[in-house]
Order: sequence, then structure tokens, then C-alpha cells
Amino acid sequence: MGLKQKLHTLKEKYRGKKMAPAFNALHTFLYLPNETTHSGSHVRAADDLKRTMNTVIMALIPCLIFGMFNAGYQTNLQTDPEITQAMGLFSGEFWNWSNFVIGFWKVLPLVIVSYGVGLAVEFLFAVIKGHEVEEGYLVTGMLVPLIVPIDIPLWMLVVAVIFGVVIGKEVFGGTGMNILNPALTIRAFLFFAYPTWMSGDKVWVHGAVETAGKPDAISGETILGSLAQNNEIGYSVMDMFLGFIPGSVGETSTLLILLGALFLIYTKIGSWRIMLSTVLGALAMGLIFNGVVSAGWIDSSSKFFGLMNTEFWHHLIIGGFAFGAVYMATDPVTASQTNKGKWIYGFLIGFISILIRVFNPAYPEGVMLAILLMNVFAPTIDHYVVQGNVKKRMKRIKVKTA
Amino acid sequence: MGLLSKKDSKLIMDPLADNNPITIQVLGICSALAITAQLKPSIVMAVSVLFVMGVGNVVISLMRNIIPSKIRIIVQLIVVATLVIIVDQVLKAFAYSLSKELSVFIGLIITNCIIMGRFEAFALGNKPWRSFLDGIGNAAGYGVILIIVGFFRELLGSGTLFGFPVLGNPVTKTGLYAIGYENNGFMVLPPMALIVVGIIIWVQRSKNKELIEEN
Repeated sequence: MGLKQKLHTLKEKYRGKKMAPAFNALHTFLYLPNETTHSGSHVRAADDLKRTMNTVIMALIPCLIFGMFNAGYQTNLQTDPEITQAMGLFSGEFWNWSNFVIGFWKVLPLVIVSYGVGLAVEFLFAVIKGHEVEEGYLVTGMLVPLIVPIDIPLWMLVVAVIFGVVIGKEVFGGTGMNILNPALTIRAFLFFAYPTWMSGDKVWVHGAVETAGKPDAISGETILGSLAQNNEIGYSVMDMFLGFIPGSVGETSTLLILLGALFLIYTKIGSWRIMLSTVLGALAMGLIFNGVVSAGWIDSSSKFFGLMNTEFWHHLIIGGFAFGAVYMATDPVTASQTNKGKWIYGFLIGFISILIRVFNPAYPEGVMLAILLMNVFAPTIDHYVVQGNVKKRMKRIKVKTA
Repeated sequence: MGLLSKKDSKLIMDPLADNNPITIQVLGICSALAITAQLKPSIVMAVSVLFVMGVGNVVISLMRNIIPSKIRIIVQLIVVATLVIIVDQVLKAFAYSLSKELSVFIGLIITNCIIMGRFEAFALGNKPWRSFLDGIGNAAGYGVILIIVGFFRELLGSGTLFGFPVLGNPVTKTGLYAIGYENNGFMVLPPMALIVVGIIIWVQRSKNKELIEEN
């Protein structure tokens, strides 16, 4: 008797019992269920929720692997004399086995904790509420390790995941009913609850916390952090684009995120309207700030100078902007649903991201807050888009009948 | 309870649980969010409201037949304002630092909707003794939630209770902090108070399904 048959008998055995959803989830995750629909006609589409989720995960895997290499690279760059500054995309200094090993053992626990705790909460709620386990956590569970600093203590991640899944999703009714993006809720919780572990110059490179204050201290300032303090940055534009910079685990490589974006657009999972308008919004705000600088309204004594003077398109490749625009803003549940709404929603995300980034050095990552804010407004945007459309068509009817 | 008839004790017990002013009627939320970052101000606030509501309800109830109904809100306001000023002055005289900490929120007891609500809904139509019990009951119901919220927010947010470190010292890393525990800074911020109140509402309604409203 194969595993599938065993699971099927288990399912039959537990039918109607309290634990049934837990077994059913395993069953449907691994195999197609044995049941088929018997009555009525149904539209059959291959892109069910599980497939959607898996596609996003596939788009995330390159970022995850790159994140492992980068985590090790950033540490080794400062501690291991054999590792020197990587040059170019295929640099052996970066794609180095010792980099990968360090990063792997740091990132893997984050992934395991994220999935383990999140799925445990999902199973618990499914059993209590008596509904089937939803696939919603599959993507969230992969996003979470990619948007936290490498050295975040695991227990904090546990607390945050429980909070994010329960308060951010389950209280609203589970997958598909949430107002806020759960992964960003988790990150926002960490950010406000444990700010010393989520910002500053100690947490972005593995080992920086333990060595702080010692002679061999590792410094791990992110580019945004340096800019907010009006410091010079020591990274080339190519480094920023390829992702050889400190930052949250999976957010650094704009190149891979771009490839992921193309993949999501090609498979029609992610909305190109949102991605494009988010980029446009950010560029618009960046240009405004550049204009302010070149008009001479502020000079280098201003505390906003560093970030305002950043060339407008650099904003796209530093920090978590690209990652947020591609993987977070496009979340189909929390984004606007109408096409016109998507343009407005995305544009405002980009616009507000850079605004927060520049004007509030205490929150150097404005993307997270901008997306959460626009998540809240997405239904309102949709409402007015729909109402506008209704009005337009009413007018058309009147013209006809008149 | 020999002192209280069944009907009277219901006046006190109801607002404590199934008709709680905060979790069921969702009144008086603003002060519940503002001052519950620590336990001590929460308790002082609870006691202050207890005093204002107990005495205020009795006063309004005594005057209920001579208040012209057209100006009853003004009369109620004057009664509340008088009582709140007494509380404020007493705090300033005997607990100055606490009164600093609570700052404007003692004065804002005047606008606490629970108080005006009970004046309007109960004291204007009931005898002084029953009004007194109703005032005490509602203030206690308000206070219980404040204290629960204050307890969790201070414990998890600052690691202290009444200002005493109970989880160890975060600077010298003793107690829980020695094994890597850290205070949850989010608990100190007002949004978390709202979430804690929300969780209390959730727990209460899932225990007593009758409290869940129909849409």
C-alpha cells in the first residue's frame, strides 16, 4: 500500500473528526485528492491557489540561494583574508563554497522556523474552526526569511510569525480575507518590537553583533543606513544591482528580483501594472527630491541631504524596494483588484516608499510601511474606481435613451 | 450576599463580564489605550474613574427630579467636571509624579463616554443606591480591563510590574535577559494596546458565544 493510499484511508478514517483538516492538508499537498466533482458543470482552470503559490515560491528560490551566498560573503569579506571584494557577476570570490556553508547554516533555521511555526498556527486554526488548511502560508513562509536580518534571534521570529499569522490573517478569516500582507505584518511587528535587531549597523552582517566593540569588529551598515547619516557609500552601482551588499537575506540582488519579476509576469501570477507603477512612483519621488537638491533649496548640512541627493534611479536598487515592489506589493489578496486601481495603488506605494525613506531616517526601509499603508487603502481605491465606472456607464445609458 | 438583593448584585456583576463597558459596549477606549503602558497609572486611572462614577451617579440620581431635561447634559458635565477636578487636585497633592505621568488623561475623564452614558442611561431614572451600585459596577468593569491590559503591556513591554523588574535586568543581563530575552518595544506603543484589548474581546466572545453580534 503506497503512501497515497495510506493517506487516503487515514482521511476516510478521520472523516468528520476534529483532526480531519490536518490529514486532508497533507493529503492534498502531496497528491491530487481521489474525489471528483459529480454534479453540475464547473469551469476548470489549471491555476489553482496551490499552483499560484508554487509559482511565486519558484520565483523566490534564486533570491534565497543568492541570500545564502551573500550572507557568507559579507561575513567572510571582513573576517577571512582569502575572500576579497567580488568583481562581476560570476566572481569566484562570491560563489564560494565557504560562503555558502556559512550562509546555509544561518538561513536554513530561519526558513525552518518560519514554515514550522506558521504552518503549526495554520493547522491549529484549521482544526479549531473545522475548515480545510489553506495554502496561504506557503508563500508567506518563504517571504519571511528573505526579509529579516540574518542574525535575528530565532525566538523573536517565532513570536513575530505567531503574531503575524494570528493577528494579520486568522482573525480576519484566514487566507484571502486578510487586509494586510502577512509577511510584512510579521516584519513590521519585528521592526517595532525589537528595533535594535531590525535596524542600525549591527544586524545586517552575520557576526556583527557578537564582535561589536572588539578590535576585529565587523561593520554592517546598509547603504540606506549610511546615506541617512550623510556618509559616503563604498559600493559601486554594479554591486548594488547584483546584490553584493549588506541587507535583509533575500532583498539585495536586484538582478535576481528582476528575473523573478519577469517570471511572475510571464506566468501571469504577478501584476505587471503594480510592479511598473510602483517603479514609476519611486522614480517620480526620486526626481522631485533630486530637483529639490539641484534647485539649491537644501545643502549638504541638511540631514536629508544624503538620501535626497541619491540619484533617483539608485533608489530602485538599494534597500528592499525592488523586493517589495515585485513580491509584496503584488500580493493578489491585499492589492487593488481593478486595473485602474492597480496603477494608483502601485504608484502611491513607490511614491510613499521614497518619501518615508528620505524624511524618516529612523525608518530607513519605507517600502514596508508604504505597502502596509496602501494595503489599508486598496479597498477604498477599488471602491472609487468601480463607482467611477458605474457613473460613466450610467451617463452612456442616459445619452442613449435621451 | 445579604447586603445586596439578586437584582442589585447583578448591577455590579454584569458590567464586570457580560456587559463590560470596554469589551462589549466598546466605550472609553481612548484612555484605555493611552495610559495602560504601565500598571500603576492603569490602577490609578481605574480608582479615579471608580470614584467619579460612584459619586457622580449618586449625585445625579439625587437631583434627577429637579434637573430640567433640556439642560441635563450641562448639569451632568458640571457634576463630572467637579469630581474630576477633585481627583486631579488630590493626585497633584499626594502623588505628583503619577499625576504628571497621567497628565491630561485625568482631565479627560470628563469626556469618558462610560460616565456620561451611565448618567444618562441609569442615574437619571433610578434611585441613589441602585445608581451607586451601577456606577461602581461599570467603573470596576472598566478598571478590570485597564488593569489586565496594563499588566501585560508593562510585563512584556518593560519587563517590570509597578516599576519593579520582575524578569531580570536588561542592562546587566540577569534573569530572563541572560538567555537572550528582550523587551517587546511594540507593547509600549498604543497600537499594541488596541490589539491587546482586541484579544481580550476575542477570548471573551469565544468563551460566551451569546455575546457575538449578528451582522
